[in-house]
Amino acid sequence: MTLLQSDPFSSVPAVDVHGLRKTFRRKQGTGLRARKKPVAALNGLDLRIERGECVAILGQNGSGKSTLVRLLSTLLLHDGGTAHVFGHDVFKSPREVQRLVNRVSVEASFFKRLSTIENLSYASRFYGLTHATTKETIPEVLRKVGFPMDRANESMEDLSRGMQQKVALARALLTSPVLLLLDEPTTGLDPRSKLEVQDFIREVRQIHDATILLCTHDLDEAEALAERVGILDKGHLIALAPADELKASYGVDTLEEAFFAATGKTFTDEDEEGNE
Amino acid sequence: MPGGAAATLRMELVGLSGIVERNAYIIRRYIMWELAFFVWTLANTLTIVFIAKGLNASKFDVNRITTVLVIGALAWSYLGMVFELLIEMVQWERWEGTIEYTFMAPLSRPMHLIGTGLFAVIYGIVRTIILWFVIRQFVVFDLPHANYGATLLILAIASVSFIGIGMMTAVLPLISPEKGVQLGFIAQGVLLVVSGVYYTVDVLPHWMQWLSVISPATYALRGIRAAIIHGAPLSSLWGDIWPLIVIGIVAIPLGLRIFAIGERYAKRHGKLKRSG
Repeated sequence: MTLLQSDPFSSVPAVDVHGLRKTFRRKQGTGLRARKKPVAALNGLDLRIERGECVAILGQNGSGKSTLVRLLSTLLLHDGGTAHVFGHDVFKSPREVQRLVNRVSVEASFFKRLSTIENLSYASRFYGLTHATTKETIPEVLRKVGFPMDRANESMEDLSRGMQQKVALARALLTSPVLLLLDEPTTGLDPRSKLEVQDFIREVRQIHDATILLCTHDLDEAEALAERVGILDKGHLIALAPADELKASYGVDTLEEAFFAATGKTFTDEDEEGNE
Repeated sequence: MPGGAAATLRMELVGLSGIVERNAYIIRRYIMWELAFFVWTLANTLTIVFIAKGLNASKFDVNRITTVLVIGALAWSYLGMVFELLIEMVQWERWEGTIEYTFMAPLSRPMHLIGTGLFAVIYGIVRTIILWFVIRQFVVFDLPHANYGATLLILAIASVSFIGIGMMTAVLPLISPEKGVQLGFIAQGVLLVVSGVYYTVDVLPHWMQWLSVISPATYALRGIRAAIIHGAPLSSLWGDIWPLIVIGIVAIPLGLRIFAIGERYAKRHGKLKRSG
C-alpha cells in the first residue's frame, strides 16, 4: 500500500533543500524593555535525501530540527531558499506535498476523549480515505503496530504514552506517506516501547518503501536506523555522513563524541525552542 | 467533468465528511457539557419569555411580545452555536494538539471550513428545534398560522451568511492564540446589538443602523418573525430573502479570503502549532 505504485518519483530526490532560511521574532527582555528580536532558526540549510533513504538529524533543542520538519510539513513559510519533496515545491505546491508526507512528533497529538478508532477514522478522511476503506485498514494497521484491538474503543486519555505513540505511527502509516517525518518519535517511551517503535520504523521502510527524516535526541537510535546522520547546529547542517564516516572524520569512537567535536557542545546543555 | 477533477472533488468531499464526523464524535464524547450548555440556554430563554409574560396585559399585546422575544432568543442561540463552533475550531485543535496534523493534511481550507460550518448548522438547527419544543412545555404559544417551512428555509439561507461571517471570526484564534476567541465574542456581541434580536432596529441610534443593514441576522429575524407570527408566505418574504442571498454570496468568499490571509500570517510567524 504505497503511493509509489506507478513510481513517478524514481529520478528525483525525496527531499531537496537549498539555502533554506527561517527567522522568528523572539521576545527578549521584560516589561517596557521587552523587544522582539529576529532569531534565525534555519540559516541557509542544504539537505538532499534520496528516495528510500533514512537520514537522522541530531541537534540540541533550538538547533532548527523542528523548524525543518514543520517547513517540510507545510506548516511554516520560509524566508529564503528552496525546498522540494519528490520534485514538488513545498511552498508553491503545498497540496501536492501534503499528499506525500506524514509525520510523527514527540507528542502523540489526538483528541484525548475520542477513542483510537475515532481519531484514526476522521484523520483518514482528510486524506480521502472512505469509511469503506478504513473499516478494514484501521484494524489492520493497528495490529501491525502491536496495538491491542480490545482497547481500540477506549478514550485515548486512558492509554499509556507508548500506546498513544503507536497510534500516532498507525495514523501516519494509514495515509501511505512516501516521506515520513519523525520528530523525536521515541522520546519519553519506556525501553520496550522504544524498541517496538524502532522495529516498526524499519518495517515501514522495508515494506512501504518510505523515505524517512528522523530528528532525534537518541544517538543510538540515529545510528541504528539511519544510513546517514546529520548534525544541525544554530540552523546550519555542519555535517552529514554515514555514522562510521562521521566518527572517523572527527577521530572519535562514538556519535556523542562526534557531536561534541562538531559543535563544541554536549547533548545536555540545551536551549528551549519555544518561541518559534 | 474530467477524471482528475472528479477524483479531487471526491477526495475533498470525503475530507469534508471527516470534519463533520469528527465534530459529531466530539459532541457525543462531551455530551454532559452539551447538556449543561443546553440547560443554560433554556434558562436564559425562559427568563426572557417570563419577563414578557409579566408585562401589564392591558397596556401590551403580551402574546405578541412573548413570541417576538422567544424567536429572538432562539435565533440568537442558533447563531451563537454556529459562531462558537467555527471560532472554537482552531482553539480546540490547539488545546488537543491536533492543529498541526489537520493543517498539514491535503484537505483544502474551504472544505475544512465549510465542513465545520455544515456541522454547526445541522447541530444548531436540531438543538434549536429541541429547545423550541422544551420551551413550549413551559409556555403556551398561540401560533395558528405559523409557517414553519418558510422559517426553516430562511434559516437555511441565512446560515450561508452566518458561516461566512463565522469564517471571518474563526481566523482570530489562528492569528492570536491568546486573545482570538475573546475577540470573536466581541464580533458576536456586535451582531447581537445591531440585528434586532430583542427589539426592532429602528430604536438604534442612527449611526448604528447601517450595521443592521449589513447584518444577515436582521433579515433572518424579521423574516422568521413574519413567517411564525403572521404565517407569511414565501412570496411576501422575498424582501428579507434576497438580502440574505446577496450577503451570503459575498460573505463566503470574503470569509475564505480572510481566513487564507490569516493562515498565511500564522505560517509566516510560526503560530500554527499546539499550545500547552
